[in-house]
Amino acid sequence: MKDNRPVNLDISTIKFPLAAITSITHRITGVILLIGFGFLLYLLQLSLESESGFVLVQELLSGLIVKLLTWAVIACLIYHFIAGCKHLLMDLGIGETNEGAQIGSGLVVVFSAVGILIAGVWIW
Amino acid sequence: MVGSAMNLLRSGLSSWLIQRLSALVLGIYTLCIFGIFIVHPEIDYGTWKAVFDNNLMRVFSVVTLVAACVHGWIGLWTVFTDYLTPRLFAARATAIRKAFQTGGAFLIAVYLFWGIQILWGS
Repeated sequence: MKDNRPVNLDISTIKFPLAAITSITHRITGVILLIGFGFLLYLLQLSLESESGFVLVQELLSGLIVKLLTWAVIACLIYHFIAGCKHLLMDLGIGETNEGAQIGSGLVVVFSAVGILIAGVWIW
Repeated sequence: MVGSAMNLLRSGLSSWLIQRLSALVLGIYTLCIFGIFIVHPEIDYGTWKAVFDNNLMRVFSVVTLVAACVHGWIGLWTVFTDYLTPRLFAARATAIRKAFQTGGAFLIAVYLFWGIQILWGS
């Protein structure tokens, strides 16, 4: 394979269909989740350590910043989960056509948006 | 081409399969945890602690922790080999990618040991 072929690096000239956007978002949320995992482990540790630790977690979770942070991590989790389900379905050969990919990406966006909103209501 | 030297199993096919199997474990565990919060909206310390003291749940949690670490590692590998490339970083690409992978490996190792300590420590 020749590696001196021309490459278009001007990202503004590249079209990003919905499937491309949902795919890159799947990756971004994955990386965020790996960082957020530490935050969740910390909360789990505190909550299991002792009764006072559990109460401290409850108090932490009633603060605005921690609430927003938790919502952000859960939002990434919901999106990554739903996009992952679509990925697994496509591995099974479902929705692999051009049209199927568009519908699938649209469903990922809709389901995630609904899930993230419900999570927000549940946190507040 | 970037080498597969730091790919977990040195085989794309097994990485592909493990990424999906670990995803299933993570997904099922996530649903279970959400389920606990739905069944016990106002969960207290005793109930919460009892859930994680159950031996079956302990095994499930540790398996999920390992799945999360493996899943995260393969995911990071995919992202790093796709974006930290010679095209963007020229000759320094390999050094930069190895540095990021080492950082990622360290983070995941910390999660693994810390997580086991939380789940099985007390």
